[in-house]
Amino acid sequence: MSGGCETGIGGGIGTGADIGAGTGPRTAPGRLRLTMTLNGRPRTAPDVPAGASLLNALREQFALPGTKNACEEGECGSCTVYLDGEPVCSCLVAAGQAEGRRVRTVEGLAENGVPDAVQRAFVECGAVQCGFCTPGLVVAAHDLVRRALAAPAGGGAPTALDEAAIREALAGNLCRCTGYEKIIDAVFSAAAELRDAELRDTEPRDTEPRDTGQYRDHPQGAVR
Amino acid sequence: MDAGSRTPQPRPGTIGDSPPRPDATAKVLGTFPYASDLTAEGMLCGATLRSPHPRALIKRVDVAPALALPGVRAVLTHQDVPGRKHYGLIVRDCPVLAVDQVRYQGEPVAVVAADDAGTARRAAGAIVVEYEVLPPVTDPRGALFDPDSPRVHPGGNLVRHQPIRRGRPDDPAVRAQAAVHITREYQVGMQDQAFLGPEAGLAYPLPDGGVHLHVATQWLHADREQVAPCLGLPEEKVHVTLAGVGGAFGGREDLSVQIHAAMLALRTGRPVRMVYDRRESFFGHVHRHPAVLRYTHGARGDGRLVYVIAEILLDGGAYASTTEAVVGNASSLGAGPYEVEHVAIDAYGAYTNNPPCGAMRGFGAVQACFAYEAQMDALAAALGIHPLDLRARNAVKQGSTIATGQVIDSPAPLAAMFGELRAMPLPPEHDPAALPPGGYGNTTHGEGVRRGVGYGVGIKNICYSEGFDDYSTARVRLAVEHGEPVAAVRTAAAEVGQGLVTVQGQIARTELGVEQVSVEPADTRAGSSGSSSASRQSYMTGGAVKAACEAVRDQVFELARERGIAVPRDAALLGGKLVSARGEPLADLAAVLGGRVVEQTREYRHRPTGPLDRLTGQGGSHVQFAFAVHRAVVDVDVELGLIKVVRLDVVQDVGRILNRLALEGQIQGGTAQGLGLAVLEEIVTDGGKVRNPSFTDYLIPTILDMPPLGMRILQHPDPASPYGLRGAGEPPTLSSTPAIAAAVRAATGLALTRVPIRPEHIALPGERPGNPPPESASPQSASPENAAPPGPAPLSQEANTDA
Repeated sequence: MSGGCETGIGGGIGTGADIGAGTGPRTAPGRLRLTMTLNGRPRTAPDVPAGASLLNALREQFALPGTKNACEEGECGSCTVYLDGEPVCSCLVAAGQAEGRRVRTVEGLAENGVPDAVQRAFVECGAVQCGFCTPGLVVAAHDLVRRALAAPAGGGAPTALDEAAIREALAGNLCRCTGYEKIIDAVFSAAAELRDAELRDTEPRDTEPRDTGQYRDHPQGAVR
Repeated sequence: MDAGSRTPQPRPGTIGDSPPRPDATAKVLGTFPYASDLTAEGMLCGATLRSPHPRALIKRVDVAPALALPGVRAVLTHQDVPGRKHYGLIVRDCPVLAVDQVRYQGEPVAVVAADDAGTARRAAGAIVVEYEVLPPVTDPRGALFDPDSPRVHPGGNLVRHQPIRRGRPDDPAVRAQAAVHITREYQVGMQDQAFLGPEAGLAYPLPDGGVHLHVATQWLHADREQVAPCLGLPEEKVHVTLAGVGGAFGGREDLSVQIHAAMLALRTGRPVRMVYDRRESFFGHVHRHPAVLRYTHGARGDGRLVYVIAEILLDGGAYASTTEAVVGNASSLGAGPYEVEHVAIDAYGAYTNNPPCGAMRGFGAVQACFAYEAQMDALAAALGIHPLDLRARNAVKQGSTIATGQVIDSPAPLAAMFGELRAMPLPPEHDPAALPPGGYGNTTHGEGVRRGVGYGVGIKNICYSEGFDDYSTARVRLAVEHGEPVAAVRTAAAEVGQGLVTVQGQIARTELGVEQVSVEPADTRAGSSGSSSASRQSYMTGGAVKAACEAVRDQVFELARERGIAVPRDAALLGGKLVSARGEPLADLAAVLGGRVVEQTREYRHRPTGPLDRLTGQGGSHVQFAFAVHRAVVDVDVELGLIKVVRLDVVQDVGRILNRLALEGQIQGGTAQGLGLAVLEEIVTDGGKVRNPSFTDYLIPTILDMPPLGMRILQHPDPASPYGLRGAGEPPTLSSTPAIAAAVRAATGLALTRVPIRPEHIALPGERPGNPPPESASPQSASPENAAPPGPAPLSQEANTDA
C-alpha cells in the first residue's frame, strides 16, 4: 500500500555522506500489524512499515493528521500525544512500541466534537496563530492542567499552578508565532475553568489515567 | 496617550473588538488541513536530490539506477523542465533544477516521484551525479571587492549597490562639529524563519494539460507568475490554492516545492505531494541575510547627531531572491529613526556560494537596526548621556526628513513612546521565582551574575517600496440567507498565522452592519492580493475589503432608493439595518436585499512611491513608517557566558488597533524572534556548508527562554491608511534584538558587536569574534575633543536621565 510522504529522518538531501542521503534503511523494511486503543477505540493497521514512528503511523496509517511533524527529533513537541496517559513525542516512539497500548491524540481530546476546556482556552486567549504547534501544545497543556488539579498521591490539596510551573512543563513545545505569552494565559484560563467545574462537580473529567502530579524532569519524549 | 481608551466599546466582531480566529477551533481540534496533511486518491510522493557541494560543476547525471527501483514513476532533471529553466521573485536567476553547475549546498539537482516517500527518497539517493568540486566563494567582502574572486554568476557578484548621500558627511568642517566620533564594525548572523510547518504542496494534473497546486505560500499570484513559464503553460492553466500555512515570516515568499511537484504531476498524470522534513526545510528556503556593518557616528557634546557614515554588506548567497529590495531597506533606513543632516551610506548585496538569503520579518531593517542602535549606545556612553535621552534628542517626529530626503508626513510619536517605556516598572533586583542564567542546569547560585538594562528603537517601512505597483483585490458579496443578511469576502491573500482572516471578517461586519461573515478560501481565481509580507496585509487587503464593502453598501443604498426609501448620503449599515448618520433606522437590510445578491470587487492601492536615486539614494521610496521601542533586562553569568533575559518591555504605535488580541500576539511573537537573533539563532556555515540544519542544533526560543513581556500600544492614526492603521508585524522584531544586546553589554562591559551573542563572546572575550580588540572597540579619535573613554552603557539606567 502507499505510504506517506513524510517518512525518513534526515533524508532527501544530496548524495554526499556528510549531508545524510541514504542514512535511512536501504533494504526494504519489514511490515508489521499494529493494534492499539486509539482515542478510546480499538484500532488496527494491518501493514505498517516496521521502521515507522508512532507519529508516522498515526498520520499515514490511522489517518489522524492532527498530530504534527515539525522536526522528527523530539525537539519541538508538535507531535505530542498521550501514550498510556503519558505525554510523549510520538516521533521518538517506534510504532511497534505502541502495540497493545492506549494512544490519545489531539483528535481525541474533544468529546462529541465539543472542544475540551484547554482547547477552548487556546481559542479564546489568542494562543493560536499559525497553529502548527497547537496540537502538541494542547496535549501537553491538557496533561499539565490535569496534573496540577489532581490531588497529590499522599493526599492533601493540589499545588497551585504558577507561571514557573507552566514554563517548565511546556519547555518541550516550540512555538514560533506567539512568543508564548498567550499560551500561558490559556493554561491559566483552562485551569481556572476546570477548577471551577470540579468545585461544582466532583466527578473526574478525564478518562485517561494520570500520574501523581509530580513534574518529570523531561516532560517531553519520556517513554515509560 | 492611548486614544483607544477613549474609544467606545466596539460592537461584537467589528473593528476594535477581538473576536476569536475563525480557523482557531479547527486548529485546536487538529482538523485544520495544513499543506502537509493533504492527500489525494492515487497520489505519488515527491523527493528532491540536492547538491552536497556549495560550488561544483555537474559533469554527469545518471538517473537510470533511480528509475530501476520498483515504485519509481518519474525522475526529472533540468532537461525535463518544460519551459523556462530559471525563475526568481525579482531577478530570474534561480534554476528550477541545476543545469551545469551548483551554487549552494542543497541546490535541487533532480526530483523523483514514487509510490511512497521512502521509495522516492531512496531513488533520489540512487541518482548518480558526478561533480567537479570548485572552491566556494564564501566571503561577501571578497566576492564584492576582490577583483580575483571567482564569479558566482557570469554578471559578477554584485546584486545591488545603493548609496545614500545627504548633506556633506565628508566635509572636515562638518566632522569638526562633532565632539565624539564612534567607529565600529558589527556582524549579524544568518537567521532562519524556522516556521514550524515545513514546506509542502500537492499538485494535481488537470484534464486541459494544466495543473492545480495546493501549497503553503505567502503570495499565490507571484507563485503562479513564476511557475507557469517554467512549465511552459499560460497562467490561465495554472491554478494555485492556499493550503494551510504553518507560519511563514518571509520564508515562503520564494518558491520551494511548487514547480517540482507540478512537473512531476504533469509528467506522471497523477497527483504528487511533496513535503520537506526539518532538515530539508533548512535547505529549502532562503534565510535572513547575514551582514557586516561598519558604522561611524559623530555627535555634538549635547548628543545631537552630526553625521552617520555606514557601509553595509549583505550576503545574498547563491541566488538573488529579494536581495535587491533588502538592500533598498537597509540603505534607506540605515540611519535609523533619527534626524541627522549629513549621511553617507553604502549598502551592497552580494552573490556568494553561501545559502541563498531573502525575506525574513524585518527585511534589511533588522540588520541595520542592530548596528545603529549599538552606535547610539556607544555615543551615549562616550558622552555620559542616558541612552534613551540620547535617542530622544535625535528621534524623528512628524515632519522630520530621513536620510533619503523623504519627509515623514504621518505621526511618528517616538517621544510619547519613550515616555511610556520609562513609566513601565522595572523588575525587582532579586526575584526568587526567576530562573538564573543557566536555568535548571544549576550552574550558578548567583555568583558571577550581573544585571544589565538596554534599549532598542527601530524604524520599519510598511508595504512595498521603491515604486512597486502594490495593490490588493477583494470581492465582497452580500445576500440574504435563511432570512439573515450574510457577507462573503473573497481575496487571494495568504493567511499565514497573522490573523488576516479574522480582520477581513471584522471589516465586513463594521462596514456592512452584518453579523454573519464568511471568508472564502484564497485562490488565484480571485485577483491578486499581493504578498503577506512587509506588514502590509491589514493595510492593503484590509483596504481592499473595506473599499469593496463600501461599494456594496452604495449599491444597497441605490437598491433602497429604487424601492422608494429616502436614503441620505451619510447613511450607514448597522445591526442589519440601513440607518441615518444619527442611527435612526431607515429600512431593514434583509428586506431591501430581498432575493438580490449584491457583489462588488475592488482593487486597493496605497499612495504611489518612487525609486531611490541610483547615485544619491534620494527619493520618496516608502509608503508608511512604523516604530517600536524595547527595554530589555538581562542577568548574565559572566563566568560561563550564560544569559537570562529577565524582562522585556515594548511600546509600539499602531495607528489604530483593529484586533487587540491578534495585535498583541504579533508584538509578542515578533519580540521573541528578535530575542532569538540576539542570543540564540544562527545558521552556522563553514566553507558554504550548513553545520546545524536541525532543531537540535539551531535553537529557537522556548517558553523558558522568553521572559514576561510588558506592552503598551499607542494609537496615533495615519490619515492616509485604512482606519488609520499602521502595519505592525515587523517593528517589534527590529528593536528587541538591539535592546537585549545593549543589556548584555551593560551587564558585562564588553563591546559585543555580533549577534547572536554566544557564551564564548562573554566568557572568553578576545578569543572569538564578537569582541574586537580594545583599539577598534574604542571611540576613534578623529577629533581632539573626543576624550570620552570607551565603555558600556551605565548600569544604572534610570539614574542618568538628566545628564
